[in-house]
Amino acid sequence: MSREDGRANNHLREITAKVGIIKNAKGSAFFKIGKTAAYAAVYGPRELHPKFLQNPKTGVLRCYYSMMPFSGVGERIRPGPNRRAKEISLVTEKALLPVVDLSDYPNAVVDVFIEVPQADAGTRCAGICAAAMALADAGLRMKDIPVSIACGLVNGEVVADLTYNEEASEGAVDLPICILPRTGEITLLQMDGKISKEKLMEAIELGKKVSHDLAQNLRNALLEKYIDLDNNHNKEDTK
Amino acid sequence: MNPVQQYSTKLISEGRRLDGRKFDQYRDIVIEKGLVGPADGSARVRFGNCEVIAGVKLSVGTPFPDTPDKGALMIEVEFLPLSSQEYESGPPSIDSIEVSRVVDKCIRESECINMKDLCIEEGEKVWILSIDIVPINSDGDLFDISSLATLIALENTRFPALKNGVVDYKAESTKNKFSLLQKPILVTVYKIGNEFLVDITADEKKLVDARLGVTVLEDESICALQKGGDVALSSEDIDKMLSLALNKAKELRERL
Amino acid sequence: MGLLVENKNIVIPGDIIAEGMDYLPGENAFREGENLISSRIGLVSVDGRAIKIIPLSGTYRPRAGDRIICKVIDVTYSGWRVDTNTAYSAMLSMSEATSSYIERGSDLTKIFGIGDYILAKITNVTGQNLIDITLKGLGLHKLHPGRVIEISPVKVPRVIGKQGSMVTMIKNATETQITVGQNGLIWLRGRDPEKELIAVEAIRKIERDAHKQGLTDTMQAFLKEKVGDFNTTSLSDYEGGDQNE
Repeated sequence: MSREDGRANNHLREITAKVGIIKNAKGSAFFKIGKTAAYAAVYGPRELHPKFLQNPKTGVLRCYYSMMPFSGVGERIRPGPNRRAKEISLVTEKALLPVVDLSDYPNAVVDVFIEVPQADAGTRCAGICAAAMALADAGLRMKDIPVSIACGLVNGEVVADLTYNEEASEGAVDLPICILPRTGEITLLQMDGKISKEKLMEAIELGKKVSHDLAQNLRNALLEKYIDLDNNHNKEDTK
Repeated sequence: MNPVQQYSTKLISEGRRLDGRKFDQYRDIVIEKGLVGPADGSARVRFGNCEVIAGVKLSVGTPFPDTPDKGALMIEVEFLPLSSQEYESGPPSIDSIEVSRVVDKCIRESECINMKDLCIEEGEKVWILSIDIVPINSDGDLFDISSLATLIALENTRFPALKNGVVDYKAESTKNKFSLLQKPILVTVYKIGNEFLVDITADEKKLVDARLGVTVLEDESICALQKGGDVALSSEDIDKMLSLALNKAKELRERL
Repeated sequence: MGLLVENKNIVIPGDIIAEGMDYLPGENAFREGENLISSRIGLVSVDGRAIKIIPLSGTYRPRAGDRIICKVIDVTYSGWRVDTNTAYSAMLSMSEATSSYIERGSDLTKIFGIGDYILAKITNVTGQNLIDITLKGLGLHKLHPGRVIEISPVKVPRVIGKQGSMVTMIKNATETQITVGQNGLIWLRGRDPEKELIAVEAIRKIERDAHKQGLTDTMQAFLKEKVGDFNTTSLSDYEGGDQNE
């Protein structure tokens, strides 16, 4: 099958990833895949109010996902709480929680803000990738850097990284997934559409496969803050 | 006054700012145009570390009954918590509302947009112009940077294609560029002690006694004013602030 | 089998740094099956069989004995509550504020008001990160007018240098008083505003390049370029601010 943009089924769109781009935040990142982009900023650990939300054993993670008004393919998105954004905030939190260790910060909160400036499908996945980098950039303790991508079914074939048009096409299935690359564990799994169990497992396996490439992108972005990757060293030489 | 404020105030009385700039000096300005895909027009502007994105969305709607041949304009600045630990999630704060309204006045009162150009079918259909400005990293005030970003976003706005009287989101934008009749520039002048400054940083914000937002047109006439801050201004102060604003507006306009 | 990285390599969370049971996980590393994994972004530090990761980013972990710069945020009946630049505020009790006698019921804001900055020492940290501080001790004091900047707390050791050598070099070169808090807050006041800005620039440069080798030489060259020759060996004779030992 030839995809709209000529990609092979298992190819991802072009990726740009940068870290430390919001000076006010403790950690921050920008992640762009094709025409979908997301910013993430980490604030905290900081005091958590109201007190009844505090956990004396560990810090609490809160995620806020939002789309900028001009980011959508369709109409302007009115600012303010909307159900879709709240749901994505929740699944993002659940995707990141297994990875992050906040036991050093009892009674505190780490806030992660995700904003999407432009959208062409896969926004929650882009948000999670940006958030993952931002958390690592903030110096928090993590088991791994989670990566997220939307796999699915387009024209009956299992593909990775669906565009808006592919997602909207007849019979398409959209499967956002978040994977911990080292262990292959899955922390986000959602699906829209109708699919057989076999194709579903195939899509999940494809997700795991492309997660390694994606992880490399995120890794490079984190390292680039400190080293010149073009020189292919992982140790800064004496000047 | 805490020791940091004491020190900063002392520096200012000696003609110096914390970051070494002159009183009438803007931070390094970086401008990027047309970067956001789905938006009909967009811009990213940086004043030093302060960064905002402006995005324009055009849609079709019915005109107001008293202006059947004019389009509608809506400008909103949203203080994203992403951009500063001072901003909280939730409904717009009074500060963000003030910035929205000041930037709105800058564009609306300057009449830089011919609202009749936005008419599609008199009494029935007009273009609705929505401009949203959001900070990515907030450092200082957002007045001047937001209005500059708005102008640049408008300058590279293209009308979307219409199909059966509504926007066809599947089609490419038309080649019809938006045309601005004029370029209004908003300059906010701040009074700290007896000195007048432009483009304050977050550190300097705590020292501000009063401010005056001045929208300057190309012929150097002024079409909008907004005074802020807790301290009163004398007419001599205002005279000086206006002169400074006129000067800086010329400079900023050249950046467009 | 064995070590997969070299000393001073930069690793990110999730990187496998060693295979096999020969190595032991130190700070910021953990064992998963037969592997050692990094849990933070940082520099690998191999010490015999133990591998730890020196973080390149992160918040300040309060420790007893540390000197930190705090900002007074509340005045209570019996003392002051201060912001420590962490998720946890600290209490300075009346008895720990000064060795002189404070009469009960006196106006505590006359000693420290809201917004005042102090250089305090941490005396105790509980399991829940409640922090006690004192102002009784050599060099601890309310900060005078000056500027306060914030750096990443994990870079503080590099800014201070071995036995204070780095910060002393900056002080000498720029004739600026500098007080460094372990919590990442730094107070500065220079004789010359332009040189004071160079001191700030130098600190920011160290913050950016903290992971690089040869930093002392780099900074010496940087300062020489900015201010010309300066005395690198002896301490200057103006009030040099705090010695962070």
